[in-house]
Amino acid sequence: MPPVDWDLALRSLGPIALGAVRGTVPLAVVSFAGGMLLAVGVALARLSRHRVLSGAGRAYVSVIRGTPLLVQLFVVFYGLPSLGLVIDPWPSAIIAFSLNVGGYGAEIVRAAILSVPKGQWEAAHVIGMSHRQSLTRIVLPQAARVSVPPLSNTFIALVKDTSLASLILVTELFRRAQQVAAFSQQFMLLYLEAALVYWVICLVLSAGQGRLEKRLDRYVAH
Amino acid sequence: MSPTDPTSGPPLLTVRGLTKSFGPRQVLGSVDLDVVGGQVLAVVGSSGSGKTTLLRCLNGLEIPDAGTVQIAEVAVDFARRPSRTALGRLRDRSAMVFQHHNLFPHRTVLQNITEGPLVVQRRPRAQVEAEALALLRRVGLAERRDAYPSQLSGGEQQRVGILRALALHPRLLLFDEPTSALDPELVGDVLTLMRDLAVEGWTMVVVTHELQFARDVAHQVAFVDQGRVAELGPPSQVLGDPRHERTRQFVRRLLHPL
Ligand SMILES: Nc1ncnc2c1ncn2[C@@H]1O[C@H](COP(=O)(O)OP(=O)(O)OP(=O)(O)O)[C@@H](O)[C@H]1O
Ligand SMILES: [Mg+2]
Repeated sequence: MPPVDWDLALRSLGPIALGAVRGTVPLAVVSFAGGMLLAVGVALARLSRHRVLSGAGRAYVSVIRGTPLLVQLFVVFYGLPSLGLVIDPWPSAIIAFSLNVGGYGAEIVRAAILSVPKGQWEAAHVIGMSHRQSLTRIVLPQAARVSVPPLSNTFIALVKDTSLASLILVTELFRRAQQVAAFSQQFMLLYLEAALVYWVICLVLSAGQGRLEKRLDRYVAH
Repeated sequence: MSPTDPTSGPPLLTVRGLTKSFGPRQVLGSVDLDVVGGQVLAVVGSSGSGKTTLLRCLNGLEIPDAGTVQIAEVAVDFARRPSRTALGRLRDRSAMVFQHHNLFPHRTVLQNITEGPLVVQRRPRAQVEAEALALLRRVGLAERRDAYPSQLSGGEQQRVGILRALALHPRLLLFDEPTSALDPELVGDVLTLMRDLAVEGWTMVVVTHELQFARDVAHQVAFVDQGRVAELGPPSQVLGDPRHERTRQFVRRLLHPL
């Protein structure tokens, strides 16, 4: 094994970190936010008594979970142009990732809503709340607590999945590493470095998850 | 003779011909009831006889198949599916205390009590909170105002559940076995509060297995058997000298469980 080129490792850390800060992190955050909006909507659709609505929700979840993320990404970026719809790399990535998170998140949110006891809905109705008030003030806050751990997993998975965006020309962490690697021919070094940066981001996220859970836990008996 | 004799005064709650089935199974068969304003009706009966279902039909948590419910001036005929507005008005006149309190776990004690008055009734916050604190003080829980329900004992939780109902200023209070989920030593405080409410003149329908409470506090006792009111009258009669064999068996079993 050749000796580690520490100088290169240090010099490449800048571009890679920049790729994380300018690419990976905003891509993940924006996609997750969009995905969660979708997820709540799809979860409510699936729970609704309206047949067409719940059917549409079910179909959406099925398609998202039944197809590879990479294929979804390619359909949006390379596929849609043949229908005359050309979308830039960044918006393409955000659309594909949001749709993906929406599908997985919907199932998590749906299960979390169902985990809130029926008596909570009834107590809300009895004090005169409408369905919407019961949902937003009583049920969703409790569902939020339940869904933090699985949604954190989704978010962490998303952070790593954003590396796929390098394949549709989004300049993010991994694409930066690839560029430096191609230039310096130090593949092992650069890919390990990229892995390390992903790992650090995920460590930070895990710590954040712990703190969030603690905060939301304040009303749970110990 | 109206079912509420020999008591007097206009009924606050009137129920006529209430029926309810779950699928093929009829759970309530034509229930008639009157509760005079300011009085307490205790509903007793064996498990599965339909007491909870009856109570839940009174505020539309279950939608009866037929019959009418009138609370104060709000009358709802369930011959047709009631509108949301109609159910809302019925719920506005009544409040319910659940067997398992169903407090909102993510809200503090004070917030549990003020949620309805603030969010639904849109009353001014200062007034609502002052009133909630007065209620808490009254049951000796004022210093627990910022605790979460999970930090209270079962008896405290249930008293907060009752305060949450009172804070809505309902005309009618509905209780579904408010003490049967509690440890025996926690029952007393809850029953004491309910006794006080009865003395203050709240109109209450109380599903209960506490025969002593029914005897002391209720003006009327309804014995429900297989979804019908089999016997209705003052406690001295229904519990002391039941006319029907089924009532007699029920009272005997409760008094001498072995
Ligand atoms: N949502 C429901 N779906 C189907 N059956 C139900 C439902 N709710 C109640 N029942 C049935 O209706 C009958 C009456 O139930 P209910 O809860 O009113 O009895 P209860 O008198 O309150 O009994 P308990 O003293 O055990 O609380 C029971 O046989 C019960 O199984
Ligand atoms: Mg019951």
